[in-house]
Amino acid sequence: MERTTIDLWVGIFVALGIAALLGLAMKVGNLTTSNIGITYTVTANFENIGGLKPRAPVKSAGVVVGRVGDIKFDPATFEAVVSLSVDKRYNFPKDTFANIYTAGLLGEQYIGLEAGGDEAMLKNGDKITQTQDAVVLEKMISQFLFNKASESTNDAPAAGKSDSATSTKQADDALTASPLDAIASPVAP
Amino acid sequence: MIRFNLIVGLVRSLRNVGHRFTERIWRLGAGARLFWLTLVSSGESFRRFHLTIREVYFTGVMSLIIIIVSAFFVGMVLALQGYNTLQKYGSSEAVGVLVALSLVRELGPVVTALLFAGRAGTAITAEIGLMKATEQLSAMEMMAVSPISRVIAPRFWAGVISMPILAALFSMVGILGGYLVAVPLIGVDGGAFWSQMQANVDWQDDIVNGIIKSVVFGVACTMIALFEGYDAPPTAEGVSHATTRTVVTSSLAVLGLDFVLTSFMFTV
Amino acid sequence: MTQNIVEIDNLSFGYKSRMLHQGINMVFPRGKVIAIMGGSGCGKTTLLRLIGGQVKPSKGEVRVDDQVVHKQSREGIYQLRRKMGMLFQHGALFTDLSVYENVAFPMRELTQLPDSMIHDLVLMKLHAVGLRGAHQLMPTELSGGMARRVALARAIALDPDIVMYDEPFAGLDPISMGVICDLIRTLNDALGTTSIIVSHDVKETFLIADYVYFVANGTVAAEGTPEDLSKSSMPFVHQFVHGEKDGPVPFHYAAGDYAQDLLGFKA
Repeated sequence: MERTTIDLWVGIFVALGIAALLGLAMKVGNLTTSNIGITYTVTANFENIGGLKPRAPVKSAGVVVGRVGDIKFDPATFEAVVSLSVDKRYNFPKDTFANIYTAGLLGEQYIGLEAGGDEAMLKNGDKITQTQDAVVLEKMISQFLFNKASESTNDAPAAGKSDSATSTKQADDALTASPLDAIASPVAP
Repeated sequence: MIRFNLIVGLVRSLRNVGHRFTERIWRLGAGARLFWLTLVSSGESFRRFHLTIREVYFTGVMSLIIIIVSAFFVGMVLALQGYNTLQKYGSSEAVGVLVALSLVRELGPVVTALLFAGRAGTAITAEIGLMKATEQLSAMEMMAVSPISRVIAPRFWAGVISMPILAALFSMVGILGGYLVAVPLIGVDGGAFWSQMQANVDWQDDIVNGIIKSVVFGVACTMIALFEGYDAPPTAEGVSHATTRTVVTSSLAVLGLDFVLTSFMFTV
Repeated sequence: MTQNIVEIDNLSFGYKSRMLHQGINMVFPRGKVIAIMGGSGCGKTTLLRLIGGQVKPSKGEVRVDDQVVHKQSREGIYQLRRKMGMLFQHGALFTDLSVYENVAFPMRELTQLPDSMIHDLVLMKLHAVGLRGAHQLMPTELSGGMARRVALARAIALDPDIVMYDEPFAGLDPISMGVICDLIRTLNDALGTTSIIVSHDVKETFLIADYVYFVANGTVAAEGTPEDLSKSSMPFVHQFVHGEKDGPVPFHYAAGDYAQDLLGFKA
């Protein structure tokens, strides 16, 4: 085989490989969509982060503006300290809300930032003070049942014996109702 | 008398097993030694890069056809089977994610490695074995040229370079095959196909890990092929047995390494 | 510069169970054609490997140019090998390279000569063996005799001091045999090299050799010029030189009594 023919084919081979790699990077992976450049770090404390993991997205108005850095536990306050790496292009006011939402019905959890009205902006190393914890399924179900039960016991003394039947019926409804109905509200964009 | 024969037979088969076991351990050691010698003699493969390029042609470029055709079929089958099951749960738009992740994480590196072992690996083993049988390696030694630098090392680096390229091509062509089945044929939404995929396939965790896997497989398959050829008895029968051993050992090694690598890379 | 370019001194080689050579002494003077002959399996080719440093002796020394071969470092052995050329039994040409590239191989690997010079040298060597016109062919396209000649051109590519021939006449037709025979002698005299031929072709070897060593049973059984050995009355030499069916090397493989074997057979 001529040396030049071999070189040509090997060149084509390597070019195809690079093209495949670029194709995978651009079209298949999330390399283009996650082009977060230089970032600044802020922290936020949560009483319960639920299933939040490092490198989870940080979104505002539905657009990815950063990534969750590391998550640590503060033994003094018994809270989770989450570091957020936010893209330097976006500045948020000091009274921004950081909430933990779930993507989809049973999806991964992410942090949603809702801007407040403060004129002063968050800087590198600042702490977000307004936080909302993740929704924990079990707590919500027991909360729902408790609410339903206490509603019926409030009505019961006025209604009389028949109401105990309705109250248990309502409790039954509460039990058979899908707990997913209650989750419907926290699913913000 | 019969019992005596039984015992003798048993002892003989035990000794056989023991002998085969020690034989394998010995060969593992010899293989490791050749691996070390290859790495140490690699200077020439890079100083005279055309040697390596020539081998990239014979291992990589010649494997292109089988890799691309196989990838196409694998991608199409994945899309078909995936759609079959996903549409029962109303998640047929996730078929893109299924095809992409299956290929990029597992099938791309592993199937490419198995095909590579079968096509390029056996070619390498046969070539080296024949060179040994026809005294070409001896002739080289007598001419004060180290066969390891001149023959073995360039083929090793060619294999290590070709494997990730072939695996990336496999994944990409597979995804395209899956796209062709899912979108024009079945009717899954094209936009959803790509957007779901982009949202769920991570560059670092999935694609880069897949590439790392294919490099590891490249090292394993190429080294096994080279060793079997170099160690083959210099007869026709010896070389043919060596090529069979290359395929079997490479396949087992790839699958075993895949398990080890997957447990490192893809556990939370 | 000593008179003997290669000296084999009280060499023993083999394994504990079977010693191939025991106490072999040979000298190879410069510029001569020396043959090593003997029956199959007597270790002739191994002697060439011992000279080339591919195997180490169990006892004794092999000296090339006054340097003990097996005591050299890896680099030292390679230096010694640059002075040697070897013609392997069936040529051992590199099948993936053309005839031209095969002969150019030692020059490309061991020297820094420019391509133009390599071109001239390769064609000169090929011309010496009569195959200059075949330089673009691949080894698979050559006949046995032609392949052997190309291998010879490759062996003398760098004008070595020692050329070793491993069974150069094996399996050749009479014409090719004659050609190789002539080439070995002519090139030896033209280049001033020392040629060591391992062979069991008595007729051809006796034509060109200056001195012959006979190896049998692990030692040098006889030595001398071809004339002396043709007239020798030593039983082994006589049987070998004249191709006799039976003699010190018996016709019958060790077996029991013939009559007993035939008549004593129990179904």
